[in-house]
Amino acid sequence: MKYIDEFRGKKRAEGLINEIRRISRKEVSIMEICGTHTHSISKYGIRDALPKNIRLISGPGCPVCVTSASDINRIIAFSRSRKDSVIATFGDMMRVPGSSSSLQEEKALGGDIRVVYSPINALDIARSNPGKEVVIYAVGFETTAPTVAATILAAKEEGIKNLSVLSLHKLTPPAMKALLDSGDVMIDGFIAPGHVTAIIGAHSYEFLSKDYNSPCVVAGFEPLDALFGIYMLVKQLEEGRCEIEIQYRRVVSWDGNRKAQEVLNEVFEPTDSLWRGIGNIPRSGLAIKDAYASYDAAKKFIIPAGEDAEPAGCRCGLVLKGLVTPDECPLFGDACTPETPVGPCMVSSEGTCAAFYKYRKVA
Amino acid sequence: MKKNSNILLGHGSGGKLTRRLIEDVFAAAFKNDLLAPLNDQAIFSLPPGRLAFTTDSYVVNPIFFPGGDIGKLSVCGTINDLVVGGAVPAYLSASFIIEEGMDMDELVMIVRSMAETAAASGVSIVTGDTKVVERGKGDRVFITTTGIGVVRDSLDLSPSRIRPGDAVILSGTIGDHGIAIMTKREGIEMDVPVESDCAALHTLTRDMLATGGEIRAMRDPTRGGLATVLNEFAGSSNTAIAVREDSIPVKEAVKGACEILGFDPLYLANEGKLVAVVAKGSAEKVLFAMKRNTLGRDAAIIGEVRETPKGTVLLETSIGNIRIIDMLSGEQLPRIC
Repeated sequence: MKYIDEFRGKKRAEGLINEIRRISRKEVSIMEICGTHTHSISKYGIRDALPKNIRLISGPGCPVCVTSASDINRIIAFSRSRKDSVIATFGDMMRVPGSSSSLQEEKALGGDIRVVYSPINALDIARSNPGKEVVIYAVGFETTAPTVAATILAAKEEGIKNLSVLSLHKLTPPAMKALLDSGDVMIDGFIAPGHVTAIIGAHSYEFLSKDYNSPCVVAGFEPLDALFGIYMLVKQLEEGRCEIEIQYRRVVSWDGNRKAQEVLNEVFEPTDSLWRGIGNIPRSGLAIKDAYASYDAAKKFIIPAGEDAEPAGCRCGLVLKGLVTPDECPLFGDACTPETPVGPCMVSSEGTCAAFYKYRKVA
Repeated sequence: MKKNSNILLGHGSGGKLTRRLIEDVFAAAFKNDLLAPLNDQAIFSLPPGRLAFTTDSYVVNPIFFPGGDIGKLSVCGTINDLVVGGAVPAYLSASFIIEEGMDMDELVMIVRSMAETAAASGVSIVTGDTKVVERGKGDRVFITTTGIGVVRDSLDLSPSRIRPGDAVILSGTIGDHGIAIMTKREGIEMDVPVESDCAALHTLTRDMLATGGEIRAMRDPTRGGLATVLNEFAGSSNTAIAVREDSIPVKEAVKGACEILGFDPLYLANEGKLVAVVAKGSAEKVLFAMKRNTLGRDAAIIGEVRETPKGTVLLETSIGNIRIIDMLSGEQLPRIC
């Protein structure tokens, strides 16, 4: 079986779109939490294919976008002050502007900043640069965190001492809860992220149906997955059901990946975390447990918190909460483009603004 | 006499070591009458026609990759820049910037690979230069090749000649080179390893031109990939180019690697492919000629040129919607999750 073309077929897509049109009556607002969904929905033009009474709102599920300006300023200041350091980070993070610079600019000015595909690569860097301190600038959700945890465990087993992690990991369910609690944005149901849920399990969303009367469907990222997920959610809303359903059954289970959860819980514990645009959300981040403090860059070094100034005029905060669409920001497409991004949502390919801009409609 | 197994700064000094490097490595491999006197220049005459002249620098890392190496790439790339203009390639120059400490055997392998590729393509490397930079100031070896070729007087290929109604033909699968480099660089093991498509396209363009079909323009989609070439075509001809995602050939392994790494094959580099815009009436004839050449085996008509929206590339996605394909902004970076 091929795993790509089967989930991108035109005939099946048309069938699903027709079926959604047939059953959909109510005005509904659906939030897709994950940036990969936002990207897929924009790339395949799904928003335009749906009936007008279904409104898709993009949520705060782009790890780069929700990393606060202060946390970017913080790592830049660290890199400047420690010339013997190597910052290992993921690709998208390179371009995100802090208050006055980005990691990409710091690299051009001589900072040793390297893109890694997997945090495990940072172990190689640490091994081959024993005189340098390798700091993993760890952003990402529950998908990325277990691999960072596994890296710390591997470093400990091997006795590698020149590696540490600045953990900015964030957790998805607390952000969903915070959005609903804020009451700022009306959400009738959620499309939950497939890969995050592969780790944490669909049971993690039970609070949505129990406490908030909000249905949720865990969906995959191919266009047919996303469409089928939307269909299942619309069906629930039309039938007045409120359940946690899984569309992405080939990857996601109710309980999630126990092994990944064990690794994650061995190294990390929940902590309060600052989300760009949303603010502090209780127990929505991951801190390194004391048992692994020697791998915690925040404890190993004094890394003062950077200033937390947002770029003037940038509405990323509102975009991340689903309160405005990117084209409602005065900077969008003029002052802020992927070439000259002002805010983080334009930087990452998972960012809502970048997805809207890249896959903008034909004029 | 003990042979140096690594490049020393002295190899770039202009003295005896330089002379030996040139004679034993470069002249021995490139072997031709124009190069043999080791003069400061090569002097030659060319067949009648207009001259095509191009240059390119090669800085690829890793220098050896599945399907090729930096030497083969430096010859194919410059030949391809000549032939997509309709030229018959004639002569190349090759200039090397070598990092102190580079393994001599590796250099020899690269130079031999250049010589073989040039010979197979019917071109000679007739002049060159070598510099050595201190360790840490380079990345083993950088190669610049310059090429000269002849375009027959009656032939005029240029994107400005592209007209609404023309067909867009792609010579084969996209993204092979980009993924071959990326997976090798990052040590990613694939079930089916992807090889670079690195190849000189002179026989393919020859066969295409021999059809007598109305070819408007050709370009090789290297850095920036197919998306960039289509945007350049749409921009210079002030037309719209509409392509169908389903008709663009992409290898299954490349699709898979793109999903893992977060890349879009439309923006990945190719080193043995070309995009041609051909008058509608000639499209089938040119396509047929391409498919008969192994370099164009997977060639396909991927779309057509339209009047509007001017300067824009449109993609009909696999699920039937239309979207814009933009130029790449900055570097294509791997995503996080």
